[in-house]
Amino acid sequence: MTIMETRKHGDAADGMVGGRFSRLDGKLKTTGGATYALEQPVKNLVHAVLVQSTIAAGRVVAVDAGKAKAAPGVLSVFTPEDDLGLLVASDWFGNRPDNQPFHPLPREVSFNGQAIAAVVAETLEQATEAAKLVKVSYEETQPVTGLDDPNAGEGRLVDMLSVGWGDAEAAYAAADIRIEAEYRTPREYHVPIEPHGLTVKWEGDFLTVWEPSQWTHGMARTYAEWFNIPADNVRIVSPFIGGGFGSKAMGYTYSAVAAAAARKLGRPVKLAVTRPQTFTAYGGRAATRQTIRIGATKDGVLQAIVHRGASETSVLADFPEQTGAATPLLYAVPNLSTQHRLVPVNTVTPGALRAPGKNPSAFGLESAIEELSYAIGMDPLELRLRNYADHDYQSGKPWSTRQLREALTVGAEVFGWSKRSHEPRSMRDGRQLVGWGIGCGTFPVLKAASEALIRILGDGSVEVVSGAIDMGQGTYTILAQTAAEVLGVPAEQVDVKLGDSSLPGATVAGGSMLAGAITGAVHKAATAARDELIGLALNDSNSPFRDTGANTLVIADGRISVPRGEGPSLTLAELMSAIGRDRIETQRNTLPEGANGPEDHKRSWTTMANIEGPTAGDLSMHSWCAHFVEVKVDEDFGTVRVSRVVSAFDCGRIYNPKLAESQWRGGIIMGIGQALLEEGLIDERFGRVINNNMGDYLVPTNADIPHIQVISVGIPDHDASVLGGKGVGEVGIVGVAPAIANAVFHATGKRVRDLPITLEKLI
Amino acid sequence: MRDFSYFRAASTEEASRATLDAGAMLLAGGTTLLDLAKCGVTEPDTLVDITHLAGLGDMTVDANGATIGALAKMGEVADHPGVKAAFPAVAQSLSLAASAQLRNMATIGGNLLQRTRCSYFREPGVFPACNKRNPGSGCSAIGGVTRNHAVLGTSRACIAVNPGDLAVALVAFDAYVEMGRRRVAIEDFYMLPGETPDWETVLKKGEIITGIAIPASPAAKNSTYLKVRDRQSYEFAAASAAVGIEFEADGKTVRDIRVALGGVATRPWRARAVEQSLIGTVLNVEAVEKASRLSVEGAVSHGGNRYKIELAPRVVARAILTMGGLA
Repeated sequence: MTIMETRKHGDAADGMVGGRFSRLDGKLKTTGGATYALEQPVKNLVHAVLVQSTIAAGRVVAVDAGKAKAAPGVLSVFTPEDDLGLLVASDWFGNRPDNQPFHPLPREVSFNGQAIAAVVAETLEQATEAAKLVKVSYEETQPVTGLDDPNAGEGRLVDMLSVGWGDAEAAYAAADIRIEAEYRTPREYHVPIEPHGLTVKWEGDFLTVWEPSQWTHGMARTYAEWFNIPADNVRIVSPFIGGGFGSKAMGYTYSAVAAAAARKLGRPVKLAVTRPQTFTAYGGRAATRQTIRIGATKDGVLQAIVHRGASETSVLADFPEQTGAATPLLYAVPNLSTQHRLVPVNTVTPGALRAPGKNPSAFGLESAIEELSYAIGMDPLELRLRNYADHDYQSGKPWSTRQLREALTVGAEVFGWSKRSHEPRSMRDGRQLVGWGIGCGTFPVLKAASEALIRILGDGSVEVVSGAIDMGQGTYTILAQTAAEVLGVPAEQVDVKLGDSSLPGATVAGGSMLAGAITGAVHKAATAARDELIGLALNDSNSPFRDTGANTLVIADGRISVPRGEGPSLTLAELMSAIGRDRIETQRNTLPEGANGPEDHKRSWTTMANIEGPTAGDLSMHSWCAHFVEVKVDEDFGTVRVSRVVSAFDCGRIYNPKLAESQWRGGIIMGIGQALLEEGLIDERFGRVINNNMGDYLVPTNADIPHIQVISVGIPDHDASVLGGKGVGEVGIVGVAPAIANAVFHATGKRVRDLPITLEKLI
Repeated sequence: MRDFSYFRAASTEEASRATLDAGAMLLAGGTTLLDLAKCGVTEPDTLVDITHLAGLGDMTVDANGATIGALAKMGEVADHPGVKAAFPAVAQSLSLAASAQLRNMATIGGNLLQRTRCSYFREPGVFPACNKRNPGSGCSAIGGVTRNHAVLGTSRACIAVNPGDLAVALVAFDAYVEMGRRRVAIEDFYMLPGETPDWETVLKKGEIITGIAIPASPAAKNSTYLKVRDRQSYEFAAASAAVGIEFEADGKTVRDIRVALGGVATRPWRARAVEQSLIGTVLNVEAVEKASRLSVEGAVSHGGNRYKIELAPRVVARAILTMGGLA
């Protein structure tokens, strides 16, 4: 009945899709009006404080909790002695062992900083002080502290991550020009401004959890399985999140401890993970190393890429930080082989941190490409364009859209790349060496189904309701824009309710896929609501449109009227009043019709099993970017400052340029931190990260960040999503670190292959 | 919960008496106190509040020099026109330290007593061995991650770096620490760790820093503070230098030069050998670089901090060359 043309980005200044619209939740957050999980006012609350291990490997022999239990206000001390009665929950794909007990406070210690006890007291201060009184005795064993530990070994090959075509080894051996180098990245951490933690409350067998969550439905399933209660008995509430970056998409051991303590004690429990504890309460990005060999002709045509990578994981579980994730995608190469190994060490299980895999992978490949450009004496921009991949060599499929050439050429133009002199050390600004570098990035389009509810209320206002979340990326805002566009009302008239697992189902806010998934669901539900409203307007006996003879109606600027004709024009409120309705409600999801039952819903909203990868269909779909970076290096001191960034992005259609640009800039800033500052410093004697605080784990300050110009070169990609967008959130960090390393080489002639590029590596 | 009592002192004398009690600590800006209390390093039984005491925050700058009350805030001193004119290195050392929020809270007296950033010192629950915290228990840092540890003035008992910036500038210009009836040259105020790294200063139990006095000098007036670090702001120095130079009437021969180093030593580090080798000379790049290398005479590396031995002379040289118009 109604057909909506999507508009190209940037041409909707009215706050509709594509409009440059400020964050609807911005004022609440900046004025302190947003209530975060740990601020949730709950009566009768008690406080839990974790005790973490101080050895990296071994066994808890005994926990002396006597003094702690005797301390004022202490209600209970939980230790490995206590059976909390929990069961192991499903993994991300919904696989679950039968009736396997889960001990979130284990006896076996497998990393330094592992939670092994928890103290619950009436106040936070009492619990904190009593936690210091818990005495743990251990039986220590020799830990493996990292990739360089002599006992770490070369790791286990992950077969499913091996990619290859042609004969890469032979083509490399036969190539005129060959380069080979090893690249390394250290442990890196999310450090969101809102630390982790939760407030939990039981009412009978019903559990409410206020916890920052990138995935309310997935986490609700986890809690339900831990406690062996129906999924509907758990409600995760997470309307506001102070940054997640991948770290808030699952329940962690401390989450289980808090909920179990609340059940045992019959009181609501708050557990705030301290900033130092966050470094081991969940995993950051794993340390990686990768060797890249590239063979090329003398005039820079790639012949072979041989890639051998490894990342550390814990001794408890596998989390591969896939060093080969970007390697097969960026360039045309007739022969390629990548392999990735997993090396178990005594660390917390690593986790997803903004562009997992793609990020360290691009650091290796994009550094190596510039090394090749110097080996053959060719401008690195020209080298990249010469080897432009016209299709996806890995899958053999055509790209859906790939504006990477435009990103490179437009970025170069805006940056002024043609003014660069290729020789290292050839550009100066007074005493400072100046360097320019490029880094390309990619991130796959992942697709998942989601569900949304639309309500048109009697006063003409609109509600969008979904369990999807907004961790700062702008979900509230773009959903208001999506509904506003479909329903022809100003975006201010749309109220968006998110972040609650009792609301309609949504996929995880991860893999840069939520915006594409949930705008699709909202678009569908809003279209249905619009159709229903117009149907009522045409057919309801009390509607002034009933006798107009029109077969459809137009809604724009909050008014409903007959298309191109004389006739009534009513506000939505007037129409709702005329037809005697206080609400129109439509709930829709984007699952296919044949697979839309309760089990399909559960699988889609609470697992990642139904997520489609970038080559699930006939096309290969990815976001792309090219970063152009200028650095200034004081060679005497080895200090590097990024002085200019121009980055061009192909993320398809942009739903809200202001918010997309903000995400891109955020990714670039995080990339600057990764390139120059961020590194978990591990004391190899103890396997412990010792800079576990924000005074010592350095992220960029405002003073470290120059003007960052971001440019969209994307075109709508309706294969990638209903509204034509591709993922925005993660691609921005991919390629930043190599662009900086390349610029540092151009400035100084020194190639730093292990991040971060701190001053001692340059003096 | 760890209970402590709070006592609002009516006078400096009363505060002094109150801090004679074991477990009593002064509360001024509170920035270090709160930080260390959260780490579990500092566990006072009594906080003696002196924040309101009249006169302790006063500042005067005249031809003879500056007197700065112990309760003056870092930010106030950094922005004081008289300090900026007569002691640029002092003002710069403060404005390059900490963050704006901390500078607005932290006091000068507290700043002089700030504790080391050594990770092993700051996690008592994990690293029980720390001679600074617990005399005789050993040093966890030696053999560990030492990127930010001292290369000068270390002992087998302690290699923790003194993190200050202000004190470095004060050491360069022969400032005094006033403690009521007693004053000591700031260089004598700080002690080397030796076998007793828990004794960091000559401040006695019951003594209170009431202020600092910085004598005016041509070298102090023509001075700079150079702080080098990976992050542009809000990071302790990898190496820093306070340098002031007075030239003879010819405008090029060095009459007086002051050099002090920060971020590399267990206390603010005056580099007299550098000064002596340049007094009476006309500065040139080669001579300055050679002289600056004297600043790390006797330096000892512990692995991760080896770069500081290379970096510190470069920082010193740059600061000297800058003040000599050669950089």
